[in-house]
Amino acid sequence: MPFAIEVSDVRKRFGTVQALDGISLAIGKGEFFGLLGPNGAGKTTLISILAGLARADAGLLRVMGYDVKGQYPHARRALGVVPQELVFDPFFTVRETLRIQSGYFGLRNNDAWVDEIIERLDLTSKADANMRQLSGGMKRRVLVAQALVHKPPVIILDEPTAGVDVELRQQLWHFVRELNQAGHTVVLTTHYLEEAEALCSRIAVLKQGRIVALDTTRNLLRGVSGVRLRLRLTPDRLPAVFADQLVVKDGDSYVLAMESYAQIEGVLAHLRSERIEVQELEVLQADLEDVFVQIMRKH
Amino acid sequence: MSGFRTLLFKELLRFWKVSFQTIAAPILTALLYLLIFSHALESRVHVYPGVSYTAFLVPGLAMMSLLQNAFANSSSSLIQSKITGNIIFVLLTPLSPLETFLAYVLAAVVRGIVVGLGVVLVTAGFADVSVQHPLWVLVFAVLGAGILGALGIIAGIWADKFDQLAAFQNFIIVPLTFLAGVFYSVHSLPPFWQRASHFNPFFYMVDGFRYGFFDASDVPPYLSLAMVTGCLALLSGLSLRLLHTGYKLRH
Repeated sequence: MPFAIEVSDVRKRFGTVQALDGISLAIGKGEFFGLLGPNGAGKTTLISILAGLARADAGLLRVMGYDVKGQYPHARRALGVVPQELVFDPFFTVRETLRIQSGYFGLRNNDAWVDEIIERLDLTSKADANMRQLSGGMKRRVLVAQALVHKPPVIILDEPTAGVDVELRQQLWHFVRELNQAGHTVVLTTHYLEEAEALCSRIAVLKQGRIVALDTTRNLLRGVSGVRLRLRLTPDRLPAVFADQLVVKDGDSYVLAMESYAQIEGVLAHLRSERIEVQELEVLQADLEDVFVQIMRKH
Repeated sequence: MSGFRTLLFKELLRFWKVSFQTIAAPILTALLYLLIFSHALESRVHVYPGVSYTAFLVPGLAMMSLLQNAFANSSSSLIQSKITGNIIFVLLTPLSPLETFLAYVLAAVVRGIVVGLGVVLVTAGFADVSVQHPLWVLVFAVLGAGILGALGIIAGIWADKFDQLAAFQNFIIVPLTFLAGVFYSVHSLPPFWQRASHFNPFFYMVDGFRYGFFDASDVPPYLSLAMVTGCLALLSGLSLRLLHTGYKLRH
């Protein structure tokens, strides 16, 4: 049982839309894995099929070695899912919600763990409040807590920080990172690419139901060709020869794209020859956003 | 707690938390029916020898309330969970279709019986009602509530919107219970409608239940028992099938 998640040639069609078109990937135990892609790429569909909320038309999916269809009780015990939608049961308090969720997994005497996650997610003051009385951020924490009540080895977070304030986002990531360090496999989908870059060791990029990139975050970043150079010039004039390289004029500075560091000296030499003085110079590293944009353009 | 017991507990807690609406309100409605109908018809309608019309109404109203509330419990729980999206908290768990089915149906049976018992207790003060065969009463109460609980699961899964569920309730459940001989004996009907009543499964639930009270019924109680058991088997099979295939639940 070498992988936490194995997905092999999974296909799913909704009417005329091919939501997943032959997805295959394997996520190792203990990985922090990112699933990126534009809206409609198939990320949530893939998660739904893994969690048993939807069924694949074809292909095999395993969680901790258990087939999600044929061995669903084992597969679901191994998986905790934080859904994208802010859903809750308005009849119950936070503590009741967590106890009930724990009971669904057949866990007896789980109150100590329920109390611990209530505390760690900073929900203690709201533990006996009805779910309806909670703010959006608090409801999001309860969703995270619900996904953890049965201590699953694999945790999937489907855009957990959408619409969440900065403080909670930081808290959430700190908590999820700790879980990962404690050995949990974490799969994350997010629209905040800096988040994926900071947290995920490996990333798959989906587009129109296909995987268009799958590599370590470091390799993906390395794969982006070139660097960017931000310049502030006096006089404020960029020689016409650099027009093709200009990415953006940002206020009084110019951002130029170049294939390698070696080209920087050439740019500076040309500026000197035209008696243009460099007031400020900054070399920008490629980030995941550049990778994402490049991949999306290519496919 | 096992998953099944937790889901059952949650379903019981759900209606208990709003018991004013789920228990007290239907008991009051049944009491109003009893007071109004008995006032208007007590001296005009005689169904069974030695049984007053008001006493005749009591088991009928109790069964009608029991059936309608059993249906309301499973169907409203499912549609609310589907529409608010919190059904995923159940779908993400290792609960089997059978455990899910049993939990929803048993919660429906409990609510149905609590309401039915409440109706009997509240209305008994207005009529001389004695129970001749308590076991028959219990058996028909449990089977009837079970059937409507299973039907509630089917309706709750099938309906995408509250008005579809309301249509199911208003155009199927309510007419079939009203026409099941709650307020009259089918023997008082013209022959065609008597025969038509025999195609209404709710008729057997009410008639068998009433037999337990009065030792008198429109059809033999064993026929009612057979029909009711058959219905329960059929609807249980259908709702289990829906849960197993994930129809409208797992896409």
